[in-house]
Amino acid sequence: MTETRQPIIGQSLTRLEDPPLVRGKGRFVADVSFPHQLHMRVVRSPLAHGRLLGIRIKAALALKGVHAIWTAQDIADIGPIDFREGKIEKLEPYRQPVLAQDYVRYVGEPVAVVFAEDAYVAEDAADLVELDIEELPVIVEADAPPGVFAPGLSTEAAIVTQGFGDVEGAFASAHAIISLDLQMGRHSGVPLETRGAIGLYDSARDVLELHGAAKVPHKNRESLARMLGRTTTTLHLFEYHVGGGFGIRGEIYPEDILVLVAALRLERPVKWIEDRREHLMCANQSRQQRHLISAAVDAQGRLLAIRNEFYHDQGAYPRTHALRIAETTCGILPGPYHLGAYSATGYYRLTNKTPCATYRAPGRYETNFVRERLLDAIAERLGMSRVDVRRINLIKKEEMPYARPLSVLEDDVSYDSGDYEGLLDQSLKAMDWDALQESLKARRAKGEIVGAGFALFIEKSGLGPTDGAHVNVDTDGVVEVLTGGASVGQGFETVVGQVCADILGADYRKVRVVHGRTERIEFGIGAHASRATVMTANAVAVAAAKVRAKALDMAAELMQAQPGDLDIANGLVFRRDAPHGPSMKLGAVASALRPMAKTRGAREPGLSADGWFESEHQVYPYGNQFAVVKIDPATGAIAIERYLIAYDIGKAINPMLVRGQILGGFAQGLGGAIYEEFLYDERGEPLSVSFADYLMPTLSETPDVEVLLTEDAPSPRNPLGIKGAGESGIAPVGAAIASAVEDALQCTGLVRQLPLTPQRVKAMLKELQSRRGLPA
Amino acid sequence: MSKTPLHFTLNGRAFDLEVEPRRTLIDVIRDDCGFTGTHAGCEHGVCGACTIIVNGETVRSCLMFGFQAEGATIRTVESLSQGGPLHPLQEAFVEHHALQCGFCTPGFLMLAVGLLEENPDMDEAAMRDALSSNLCRCTGYENILKAVKDGAQRMKASHD
Amino acid sequence: MKPAPFTLHRPATLAQATALLHDLADEDARLIAGGQSLAPMMAFRLARPGHLIDLNGVGELAHLCESGGMIEIGALIRHVDIARRAIPGVTGALLRAVLPHIAHHPIRTRGTFCGSLAHADPASEWCLTAATLDATLVAHSASGRREIAARDYFEGAMATALRADEVLSSVRLPQLPEGARFAFHEFSRRSGDFAIAAALVIFELRDGLIAQARIGIGGAEDRPRRISEAEAVLNGRKPSPELFVEAGAAVAAALCPMEDISTSAAYRRELAATLTERALEEAAR
Repeated sequence: MTETRQPIIGQSLTRLEDPPLVRGKGRFVADVSFPHQLHMRVVRSPLAHGRLLGIRIKAALALKGVHAIWTAQDIADIGPIDFREGKIEKLEPYRQPVLAQDYVRYVGEPVAVVFAEDAYVAEDAADLVELDIEELPVIVEADAPPGVFAPGLSTEAAIVTQGFGDVEGAFASAHAIISLDLQMGRHSGVPLETRGAIGLYDSARDVLELHGAAKVPHKNRESLARMLGRTTTTLHLFEYHVGGGFGIRGEIYPEDILVLVAALRLERPVKWIEDRREHLMCANQSRQQRHLISAAVDAQGRLLAIRNEFYHDQGAYPRTHALRIAETTCGILPGPYHLGAYSATGYYRLTNKTPCATYRAPGRYETNFVRERLLDAIAERLGMSRVDVRRINLIKKEEMPYARPLSVLEDDVSYDSGDYEGLLDQSLKAMDWDALQESLKARRAKGEIVGAGFALFIEKSGLGPTDGAHVNVDTDGVVEVLTGGASVGQGFETVVGQVCADILGADYRKVRVVHGRTERIEFGIGAHASRATVMTANAVAVAAAKVRAKALDMAAELMQAQPGDLDIANGLVFRRDAPHGPSMKLGAVASALRPMAKTRGAREPGLSADGWFESEHQVYPYGNQFAVVKIDPATGAIAIERYLIAYDIGKAINPMLVRGQILGGFAQGLGGAIYEEFLYDERGEPLSVSFADYLMPTLSETPDVEVLLTEDAPSPRNPLGIKGAGESGIAPVGAAIASAVEDALQCTGLVRQLPLTPQRVKAMLKELQSRRGLPA
Repeated sequence: MSKTPLHFTLNGRAFDLEVEPRRTLIDVIRDDCGFTGTHAGCEHGVCGACTIIVNGETVRSCLMFGFQAEGATIRTVESLSQGGPLHPLQEAFVEHHALQCGFCTPGFLMLAVGLLEENPDMDEAAMRDALSSNLCRCTGYENILKAVKDGAQRMKASHD
Repeated sequence: MKPAPFTLHRPATLAQATALLHDLADEDARLIAGGQSLAPMMAFRLARPGHLIDLNGVGELAHLCESGGMIEIGALIRHVDIARRAIPGVTGALLRAVLPHIAHHPIRTRGTFCGSLAHADPASEWCLTAATLDATLVAHSASGRREIAARDYFEGAMATALRADEVLSSVRLPQLPEGARFAFHEFSRRSGDFAIAAALVIFELRDGLIAQARIGIGGAEDRPRRISEAEAVLNGRKPSPELFVEAGAAVAAALCPMEDISTSAAYRRELAATLTERALEEAAR
């Protein structure tokens, strides 16, 4: 057998995750049950705002099979839900109680909780709990005047600001000032698996367990331990298969705390599986912002200054991420462009709607839309092409790294690498842009409403500061990679497995990746903000390199060679100069390093090592997206004729998976651009609580997408040169489609709001007719 | 609550149960029979994650009560390979990266199996239309369509 | 989203079913055949029937036949049967043309034609078909059988002339004459969703002139109905794009559409006009 070392990083290998999932052998939280478990059902507020006067539970408690019913007073010792990053003085009084106390502030807010022998009975009992609520006036729009959250507290919980330079001066001396008023609809991740949590208390060992964790198990362990007054050593989180995360799953919600407290006090396992209606009413929503944005430009279209004022609709309470979306909105808005001066002011306001938090590309989906509309409007005002106005403003390759005095996720903005204009040129070529313009023009002359648009964007990923991993080879040659990462279905095991196999020389199919289990590893960064690959894979690379060195050292002695003469591939150690010659299995090397093995000599026992990776700054991948659309003038429906996504990933560990992230993100972005919107009536009643009302794209709505994946700008900030992929597909979709729609209508400033529902497009067509003096 | 007797064959095994009439078929399959490969994504018949095959027809198991499956022959995703080699469609899903989180996958597989067993020569337009019955939140569908197209060929080849 | 408890009944004959309905008149008994509309309502607990009467054992309701120029569709005929059971004539072709617009395949394998009519969603394709064809609905109760004309049957959104003690046992559709032309157009935000508006048009051409025009509009108002004003525009005239626009305008003028937070009455009205025009153009081809 001939051994040669083939690269594994960079290969589109099929996933380690797939075999059990396609066989129906996956294990999602609803698939997990414990003996004697109770089923939990939450009684929720039917009103968007009110004073909670009384709760009657007698009839419900009398139902056969009901074990207990709790209201706020039963858990009075448990405080409100903490912020993930610890104490935030100003927002403390606004935190959500686990069960409503005195007031209810959104439809769906947990008010009481039922524990029963069966999920059906629990729901029957919850229906019998009677709530006495005095209805209060609601605030449903963040740009309405602020009201009272509680005595002495305004619903404007914070104002966030960032900026630099002389904005006033720039506006005073500008050649032109362009202003827009833009609104982003409320939508969210809506994973196909609803949330779920199981609390389990092992009184023999005094260990409390939360099953069904996701996203950030280690950070959540810290928060939960703090809230429950436990040590982290006696509180463990367990992640199973996770049916999509998208930022919204894996945050701490009231139900997570309820199952834990109940498991402790009722001394029974307690299982809660969210239903879809609850999910659409209670899981984090996102995106809803109104931006009043102005640009001051010179005669060549250069951005002298931007003034970015926005209303951030947070819903009823801050959630675990606190102010992060509003802050990211401030910090990331300038995107890939030079900017002379900038001021951002965000009004972070509470409304009587479902609380909001991070959803895939938080702060970027919104700002890409706003910024790119502004660029298109500048182009029109100055009579420039949409390409030229961007070209003149783009940050150049030679200027990298490019810092500016803004921050994103409390990290100073410093773009690490990129050739924004180079990628724009590649896309223009792929689209055959000039010819496309001609053909669209000809079609418009024949009466078709067709147009093309695009958006440029930068992403951010790989926020540190640090993550660790442990790699172990057992005596059968199985490689276990122990990480504090998390899998939300993105292919984490595969990517980490590829890095480990490549660096160590292991057989990729024999790598087992552990994640989401706090009892196995003390620290972990989880999976959020496109950082798992950058942080965890780099830590795994460090650990794998150490294990490789240990293996070579031991094998060299056994094979009577120098370590430098040896190589490892597919789990076999062999001589470079004699690949057909004798070889040794990694498992045998591990056997030679067992504590009792004489071969070990003075070496440390075991074939394993820890690795840590530290990052000083985030990394900034970038890209652009192009859309060609056709509008049906009669219905207002938008058909996407062509869509291109260009993205520079730095270095792809598995290009097939990167492409998968892009395509999946795109479909969600399409949802926010055209289909998905959480609507509320004037009393704050949510109207999108079924899949017949919250419209996610199906295959019929999702066009094929051309992906131009480049590796022109590897990150200098990590040894693998990698950048994140998770949010690249979604981030500028609303921006690109809006641009194409305005091109089709041959008028900028018409798109003021996403999603572009058929009815809104139809209204735009009418506005256009009246602007042009035509009969409607 | 009074229970009603229920007998059916699930993935080749005969079940003899007593269930409350109100229990949905998906809950019976998951909780009473222990086959958790079928997933509840919405429980109101829109997402298709719970798609299974009852008496040869693709159905949504959240929109059937258990009692309606009396005497039926039921197949779920667990029937496709039964621990042996993957079914051609399962293979195609793996090779075309047609799944990410895998939650919707059993529903898509059973939908595609049902459709292709009924019409092995489905054209792409018909596939697009039929596969639009189910929701996926991770993949953007393109790879699912590719996998089903390829899987259809593999299914035909395996019958030759 | 687990259904509330109910008592199950499984009659073997229509007589048993109607007797049960009669006996349980005060206890909120509901019939189930396909259950594709009822089950979601029960999951949301918008429906909490005390008793569920399963019609699937009533073999006499599984008929689909043609006699005397009428096609009769029994209560257990599922949507997929409409394609699988070769229904003859133009009406058969029309039913097969409408069928693919109904939800998605896994719903069509369970849901029934009569169930759609009993549920009476304003956007239901079969309700529109029944209204446009002037179907006759056959209801059975313990006190006998009666026939209800489609124009008298639909009373509003999810409201019909069926009494609580009646089973919609079958629907009779007239066989359209050979040569009759038809087309169905609907618009929904996504494939397979209930339509925001739908138009079913049927007409004959006699010596190049339109005759026997039927224009049915669904989804726009709280019930589907024929729009006689638009039919009057068409009858006796030569098909032309201008005429179809005129007919669409007549539809728009005659409608009094529903309104909700995401869809205005004006939008629905315009949509109905457009769909009418497009259906007429297709039918004229």
